[in-house]
Order: sequence, then C-alpha cells, then structure tokens
Amino acid sequence: MHEFRMPSLGADMEAGTLVEWMIKPGDEVKRGQAVAVVETQKGAIEVEIWESGTVERLVVEPGTKVPVGELLALLRAAGEPVAPQVEILPPPAPAPVSKVPSPAVPEGRQRISPSARKLAEELGVDITAVQPSEAGGVISRADVERAAQAAQAEKAPAPPQEAVTGDWRRQMRKAIAAAMSRSKREIPHYYLGADINVTRVTNWLAEENTKRSVAERLLPVIPMMKAVALALREAPEMNGFWVDGAFRASEAVHLGMAIAMRGGGLVAPAIHDADRKSLDQLMADLRDLITRVRGGRLRSSEMADPTVTLTNLGEQGVEQVFGVIYPPQVAIVGLGKITGRPRAENGTVVVRKVITATLAADHRVSDGHRGALFLAALGRLLQEPEKLR
Amino acid sequence: MNAATVATMRITYRDALREALREALRRDERVFLMGEDVGRYGGSYAVSKGLLEEFGDARIRDTPLSESAFVGAGIGAALNGMLPIVEVMTCNFSLLALDQIVNNAATIRHMSGGQFSIPLVIRMATGAGRQLAAQHSHSFEGWYAHIPGIRIVTPATLEDARGMLWTALMDPDPVIMFENALLYNLEGELVADAGAVDIDHAAMRRSGSDLTLVTYGGSLGKTLQAADRLAGEGVSAEVIDLRTLRPLDMPTVLGSLAKTHRMVIVDEGWKSGSLAAEIMARTMEEAFFELDAPIARVCSAEVPIPYPKHLEDAAIPQVGTIVDAALRTVSRHA
Repeated sequence: MHEFRMPSLGADMEAGTLVEWMIKPGDEVKRGQAVAVVETQKGAIEVEIWESGTVERLVVEPGTKVPVGELLALLRAAGEPVAPQVEILPPPAPAPVSKVPSPAVPEGRQRISPSARKLAEELGVDITAVQPSEAGGVISRADVERAAQAAQAEKAPAPPQEAVTGDWRRQMRKAIAAAMSRSKREIPHYYLGADINVTRVTNWLAEENTKRSVAERLLPVIPMMKAVALALREAPEMNGFWVDGAFRASEAVHLGMAIAMRGGGLVAPAIHDADRKSLDQLMADLRDLITRVRGGRLRSSEMADPTVTLTNLGEQGVEQVFGVIYPPQVAIVGLGKITGRPRAENGTVVVRKVITATLAADHRVSDGHRGALFLAALGRLLQEPEKLR
Repeated sequence: MNAATVATMRITYRDALREALREALRRDERVFLMGEDVGRYGGSYAVSKGLLEEFGDARIRDTPLSESAFVGAGIGAALNGMLPIVEVMTCNFSLLALDQIVNNAATIRHMSGGQFSIPLVIRMATGAGRQLAAQHSHSFEGWYAHIPGIRIVTPATLEDARGMLWTALMDPDPVIMFENALLYNLEGELVADAGAVDIDHAAMRRSGSDLTLVTYGGSLGKTLQAADRLAGEGVSAEVIDLRTLRPLDMPTVLGSLAKTHRMVIVDEGWKSGSLAAEIMARTMEEAFFELDAPIARVCSAEVPIPYPKHLEDAAIPQVGTIVDAALRTVSRHA
C-alpha cells in the first residue's frame, strides 16, 4: 500500500489546504499524474503522485488544511490485493467538523454579495469557507463578520495556526519575505558578472525566426536558457540543494524561471531537464508555464524541483541583476538587457550586441573561481548558437 | 426671538411657494410670472392667488392655452435680460413645449458658444393621487433629467418650496421645478425667516444604519412614513431626498450606501428607463463593492395612471410597498 502524503511545495511551506481531489476511489493513477489541487501561499497548485496504482481511499476531505507530510490518500499497487475493510488505518477523522461543508448546500455557485466579498478580502477571511446564515442563502457582510470573529477566537489560543485565507497576494508577499530573509540570513552570497558578446546568437535567432511563423518564433531568452542549462553541467556546484549542512548536487538541470505575477509577487517554477530539451520544446514549456502562472495553476513538481533559478529582467531595460538565492538552491543566474556596446577587437572599436550575465552563488558550496568558470562556459556556449539546438 | 426658541409659522407648501414668488417679485423687477390662469384665477392650484392684485398685470400675466408659445416667450424674455417664471399647469401639458425646452432653452448657451444664457424658471405640477386620470397625473421628472443644459429640482419640503425658487432664478441656465400636486396641501412649521436654499445637494432626511431609501418629490413623505414603520420592525432606514435630479448628487447617495450597504429607490416614475434606473446604474458603476444586496426599486406600475381611486393607489408607490421592498432587501441576509 502506497501512502500519498501532503508534499512540500516550497522551502517555507508548512501546510496546505486540499481544495479539490482530481481522483476518486477505484481510479487507476499513473506516476506523474496530477491528482489533487492544493492551495498554498503561492496559489492553487496541482499536485502529482509519484506511484502508479489504484486509489484505495481518500483520507482528507476537500477544504481541510493539512500539514506537510500528513497522509492524504492510500494507493494500491498493481497486483496488491484489495485491503479488507477492517485493516484501514486511520479512523474517519472526527477532527475540524466546522470546515466540512454541510450537505444541505445546494449545487451550483455560492451567491456572495459584492460587499461581503470585499470585506472578506479586507479581513483576510477565506470567502469560500464562509457559510450563509440560512442554508442556500446569500453570504452577506454579517456572515463574513461572524466568520472573522470565529477565526479570531479560534486563532487566539493556538498562535502558530495561520487562518486559511484566500488573500494569497498578501500571503505570497509573506512567503517571499520569509524565503528571501532566510536566504540573506543563512547563505553567504558571492557575486560575479560578465559581459558576453551575443551578436552571433542574436543574428542567428533573427534568421531562425524569419523561417518561422509568428506562433513558432523563439524569444531571445530561449537560447540563453539552453546555454545556462548546458553551462551548469560543467559547473555542478551551482546546480543542486544545500540540505542539512551539506551540498547535494543534482544530476538533472531543472531551471527555475522567475516569473512576475500580475499585480505583484513572483514565482520561479521549474522547466524540467532544460539541458536536454530542444529550443522549440523550451519555448513551448515557457509559454505554458507563464500561462499557468498567470492563471494560478502550477504543478507541485514545478514548485519544488528547481535546482537553480534564472532571472531575466532585460525586457524591463535592466542591464544587470544580482539575484538573491532561493533556498535550498545554491545559485541564481541573472540576465540583463541586450544592448549595442562599443568593444575593442583586434585594436579597433566595433559595436557588438552584449548582455551582462551575473551569478550569485552560495560560498558554502563553491568559490568565485568555479563561478567564473560557469560564466566563461556560458559565454563560450553562446558563441556557437547553432549547437544549442 | 431669543437663543432658546426659533420663531416659526404654520404654513402650507402652496403658501410657501407663494411666499417665494412674492419675495422674488419684490426683490428684482426683472422677475415676472406667466402661465395659464396664473392671474385672475390665481393659478390652477391657487399658488399665485392674490399676486395679480399685488403686482399688476404686467408682472402676473395670463396666457393663452399654448404651452409652446408662452414657454418660448419666456425663453425670449430671459434671453433679453428678464428673469421669467413660467408656470405650466401639469407636466403632461409641458410636452407641448418640449421643443422649446429641449431644442432652445437647453441648447442656446452651448450653440452660442456661451454668448447667451437663459435664466428661466419653469414651474410645473407633477404626479398622481388626485383622480385626475392619465392625462394629468404622470411624472416626467426622469425624462427631463435626461437632458443636459437644464437643471431639475423637486422641492419636497416646506423649506425647499420656500427656498428653491430664488436660487433657481439666480442660476444663469434654465431650471425646471417639479411640484408634486399632492404636496400643495402639506402643512407644517417653517422658520419665520426662511429663505433661499442650496440646489446642488441631496439631503439626508433621516439617519439610519440598515438600508438607504433614496427618493424625491411626492414620495418623500411616504418614504419617511415607511422608515417610521420599519423602525417598528427593528430596521433602521436612512432616507435621502435627492432634491435635484439633474445634476445628481451621487456622493451623498453613495456616502449613505457606504454606511448601510443596501438600497431601495422610491420613484413615482415608471420603472423602465427611469431616474431610479439611472441611480442604480451609477451605483453599480461607482460603488458595486459596497452592495450587500441587490438594489430594489419601488416605482409606478407600467400603465397610464388609472382614474379609479383603488387602481390609482395601486399604481404608484405607497408606504406599504416601500416597507415590503425594504424588508425584502434587509431580510435577504438577515
């Protein structure tokens, strides 16, 4: 019997709210399949399962907030006999009854007054957890006020219990604050920057794009992503995690792409195996990722897996960015704007397209010399764009 | 008069209007009154009774039964420096003068690039409730409030009947004053030195916390009675008297809504395309997130106002229908 537990979807996640099961008992599930939607400080995330088998039992009801590591569901491996009813481990939890929606609520969309919705946002009340005073009625300001008072009362005796809240923009700001404070507190950053001549790759890309339809064109960041991923293979000390006082290098390169969210905040979900993907595949993956970031639906593996982060602020006109490492990662690569700059070559001044690439890395894991080799490798790879494919 | 007591007088709405006319006629020799039966007959609602004797037939002028002609003459007089007050017997009849009002009075300032102004006041009776049937009972305030270039005022209290006329005359542009005919016999105390009042703002006539009742003109009294009855049911209603329908004082309305989060609009006009609809629309545009319940309207039934008493009563807003709408609005979530 495989136990499916609440995964950690970020370094600072302590608990998540199970919003929706995408499976039901008896369903066959495959490794990698998204099975549940979990609300975290970073929004709603589709959680994948890493075993194949048959769903035996769903242990947690939607709407429940569950700590990381808690049992969510039981899975029967192929060939495993159906468990006898008696053997079922945890008895149906009689726990926080109040959060389970009453069965009297009719199907369809809950009606909520605009003012109640606004008040809930102001008070940090999760509007989806508020019950109308009459079954099937409209949720009003009074209902939200009652819920806020109840949450306050519930919160008082148990201080660390964070109220479940739909206001995740504020929550996200808190999550970023926690991760970045931890980073600056614990990680001794060192910083390097190098100007890289990208004339060839830019020209090559322009020519490539003339052969493509508008929908298939590649963004300038795509060959950069590929080159960063390949350079990381040559500098394994930049790619992996610092866990329990030791560095664990990662074989795979899962490139975390820093993506700004509308209205503030950011996430850096992974593009898996970026070093092994074609440019077209990277383009498709990035487009898909951005769409889902803006729509608030990421997958658990994308949130937890990045082995390194790439931040690209060139489109905003920034020439260089020195990033803050997202723990437990050990490096963040920054790319600025591609600009025409005068360069001395063979005793004459010529104008070249140049980008400033930066590296912020964890001095516990690597030294500046290794970091310099990484940037050098990146520079070299970008001189042979046709090999990036 | 001393500090503790303010001298008041017992007065009717009709008399307050007459006092306002008298004050204006005395105060400025450019002021004159013209309309059907305003002189020898004393006005069809007896508002101008006695003024012909006091001011003479040059300033209190009876006109032929020709609304278009005498409203047009008023516009011409205003253009030439006079301050005319034109009385139209009912707003139903004012439709004959619509061309003069909409195509001339409302437009000439704009079409002359600001060279001409028309400081004209048109008074007209409006509203149902006196069994005068469909050709004398309609409420067209909402229609007129559609038109840029004119101001629409609706005195609903003794103070406003006494005070709005002079302020309207001082407005350089045309003002139409709608007097709900049921109000002429309204009687009450008015301070002895009552005078001109502002015509830019709505007024809160009763303070409350559970819902806002927005109304104007002839429905104000009914709405205040409804608020009394609601208080008996434990519902605290705030009453806003719009006073001026164009331009609308939305900040006052929305300020009240921000307090109560619920709204019922009482408007004797028909519901379709009504002033009540305009207030609803603006509330949606400007204050959607203040609303804790859908806005409700109490308007006239969509029929020509009937003659029989029981049908006429059923066709227009009444205290009972206002109370019912208010209770539905608050109990939706109570």
